[in-house]
Amino acid sequence: MTSVRPPIFDFDDAFFWEGAKEHKLLIQRCGDCNTLRHPPTPMCANCGSTNNQTIESAGNGTILTWIVSQHPTEPDAEPRIVILVQLDEGTRIVSNLIDVAPTYDQVLNDERVTLCFVDYDGTVLPQFRLAQAQP
Amino acid sequence: MSGKRAVIAGIGHTEFSQNSGRSTLQLAAEASRDAIRDAGFSPTEVDGTVTFSMDTNDELALIRTIGVPMLRFCARTRGGGGGASATVQLAAAAVESGQADAVLVYRAFNERSAHRFGQPVQANPDPAWNWASPFSLNTPAKVYSLTFQRYMYEFGLTNEDFGRYTVVARDWASTNPNAQFYERPITLQDHQDSRWIVEPILRKLDCCLESDGGVALLITSAERAADHSADAVPILASSAIQLEGGHEMFAYYHEDLCEYPEGRVLGDQLYRQASITSEDIDVAMIYENFSPIVFLQLEAFGFCGRGEANDFIKDGHIGRGGSLPVNTNGGLLGEGYIHGMNNIVEGVRQLRGTSANQISGAEHVLVSAGRSGIILGR
Repeated sequence: MTSVRPPIFDFDDAFFWEGAKEHKLLIQRCGDCNTLRHPPTPMCANCGSTNNQTIESAGNGTILTWIVSQHPTEPDAEPRIVILVQLDEGTRIVSNLIDVAPTYDQVLNDERVTLCFVDYDGTVLPQFRLAQAQP
Repeated sequence: MSGKRAVIAGIGHTEFSQNSGRSTLQLAAEASRDAIRDAGFSPTEVDGTVTFSMDTNDELALIRTIGVPMLRFCARTRGGGGGASATVQLAAAAVESGQADAVLVYRAFNERSAHRFGQPVQANPDPAWNWASPFSLNTPAKVYSLTFQRYMYEFGLTNEDFGRYTVVARDWASTNPNAQFYERPITLQDHQDSRWIVEPILRKLDCCLESDGGVALLITSAERAADHSADAVPILASSAIQLEGGHEMFAYYHEDLCEYPEGRVLGDQLYRQASITSEDIDVAMIYENFSPIVFLQLEAFGFCGRGEANDFIKDGHIGRGGSLPVNTNGGLLGEGYIHGMNNIVEGVRQLRGTSANQISGAEHVLVSAGRSGIILGR
């Protein structure tokens, strides 16, 4: 099993990781002007409101860019594909692509992906699969 | 601007190595004394300091070590190497406003023999890492590669294209006696034979050195420098750009992932301040933690258009005899990695006419740390 470095819960982003435990990808939304934001902040940069709410992402997005993560001298337990996803809601998130062989000779840019959740030894992370591979 | 014009009056540095064998405070002290002496000043005349937030050498420890009796101005830059040129901006602001008369800028570390920046982070240094390290983005090489991959995809580049930058940097370094890679030029094949760090984006020879060493500058007014017979180089422009949503590591959230927005805004600021254009730059010193960042900066500063850096480099513009010599000391890949400060030293040398790889008639030098920069000129 891939071992992951757990996030350090911060006052401003604890909601995200609590949501992940319940298999929800939460995006911060300003309770006053409805602006979405990620990574989280304690105040809306658009209107100054601290009425911080969330919406649950539908979990669909597009891969903007990706790498295979495998450190040469301290090898990752298993190589992982790291992706930057443009969510259909408009925000972006760094995540991983699972159920795809971590090879270099493929083109994943602009592929559609769908959300799933994986529990890595107690750390639940939002992850993605290729959309057409969805069960 | 008032009548005072800030200048770099003195430069100093230790050797750049893999193992200095002494404390970072000693490295800072040696570089500082060297810069003060080079300016023709005495330590007792220094009344200000600037260093990096990340620097571990406390101001009081340093002045007690080198014999500076009193400081009335201390400042530190934000971020890491991206703030290298911001040290000069802060020092110049202090001098030109009258807050200090002689500002010592210093940066020293044992970044190879002690804490190595290139290794995986062991704990998240700040909350921003929550959006990276749980997903395996735990080294600078991986973190940056996530943006470089999109650039390669968009413009059809391969790692060999990045290698052409490294070959040029190592060529400059090969004739610079201060360089860690002095007399060790490489071929493109050598580059392609070096091991993968993030396949298929970065090989080992795309990564900057990790170095032990110290660099210092003495910044004062043109008037005071003249009183001390210093070979002073005027600071024609200085700026440091932070953009909402931007980040020096996780540059994932701006609209166009194939551009370096801070660099573009920085270039505009610098050219306007100096009343010149990119065509007036004779030598460009460009901070490169990894070779692809040079491509993004060449485009951001207007030396070539979007996606054109590859051809610009292929056509020989940045090497010997080129229209825009870049990183003539060998850069951070070839000379050493003193967090970008050694590139400022080289900029001063080009304008003094004392570079190991002197570009004849150099009048304007850009020293960019990506999000902070200066233009030095005669």
